[in-house]
Amino acid sequence: MARALINVPPKAKRGEVIAIKTLIAHVMESGFRHTNTGVAIPRDIITGFVATYNGEEIFRADLYPAIAANPFLTFHTVATESGTIEFKWTGDNGYSATEQVKITVE
Amino acid sequence: MDETTVPGQEGEGGRAATRRDVLKLAGVLAVAGAAPTVTVRPAAATPADMQAAIAKVTGDAKLSVGKVKLDIPPLVENGNTVPCAITVDSPMTPADYVKAIHVFNEKNPQPNVISAKLGPRAGRASISTRIRLSDTQTIVAVAELSDGSFWSDRVDVVITLGACLENPI
Repeated sequence: MARALINVPPKAKRGEVIAIKTLIAHVMESGFRHTNTGVAIPRDIITGFVATYNGEEIFRADLYPAIAANPFLTFHTVATESGTIEFKWTGDNGYSATEQVKITVE
Repeated sequence: MDETTVPGQEGEGGRAATRRDVLKLAGVLAVAGAAPTVTVRPAAATPADMQAAIAKVTGDAKLSVGKVKLDIPPLVENGNTVPCAITVDSPMTPADYVKAIHVFNEKNPQPNVISAKLGPRAGRASISTRIRLSDTQTIVAVAELSDGSFWSDRVDVVITLGACLENPI
């Protein structure tokens, strides 16, 4: 399983806008580079990211080779109720990673 | 034409007229030769690939300037990791919210950088990420609002060391 860092405030007030930061370890090989012997390195990137809050989609992004290695994404959402925020990354060569974070809303 | 017609120190007279004719002829030839290659460009030169990618997103809608704030350092030492933040001025209510934020570049191998889809649920239309830039170029952020309008912001970025140059071992 890929190593991911996720920063979500553990507690939030109802209706508060919270910032969510995610970072996942991935080479994001662009497919435009060559080895010293001139062989093209095949593309291997994360192409999609989806965040769901208690099953409801809150954020989705399509990533392209122009995203730096170890994709870092920050976005916002409204804390509505306690529950789980799930993150899913998908990519080339059948890559898939999932992480979950619990949040308590008071 | 012999040499005496070219230098400019002779007085008025036949020679000067000849020289004028020569220059006039040269000017006409230069204009005629250059005309097919001269094209009228917008103030910010944007290669066709990026324009095509933006047109794919906006369709027939008009792309206005404003509302979007693309925050990216103007001078970057390493193009492999460039912090990039996009904030859109929007109340983010169910009646008026940002549907999507797209970022484009003009000189990377591909024009697309990221396409993010948001909703009124986001509370604040602000995202940030880290991107790769291969060369000194213009970055464009486009926001799609719920009323179907498109807004944009562009920033010129100077890159000292571009991404994609180094080879892995």
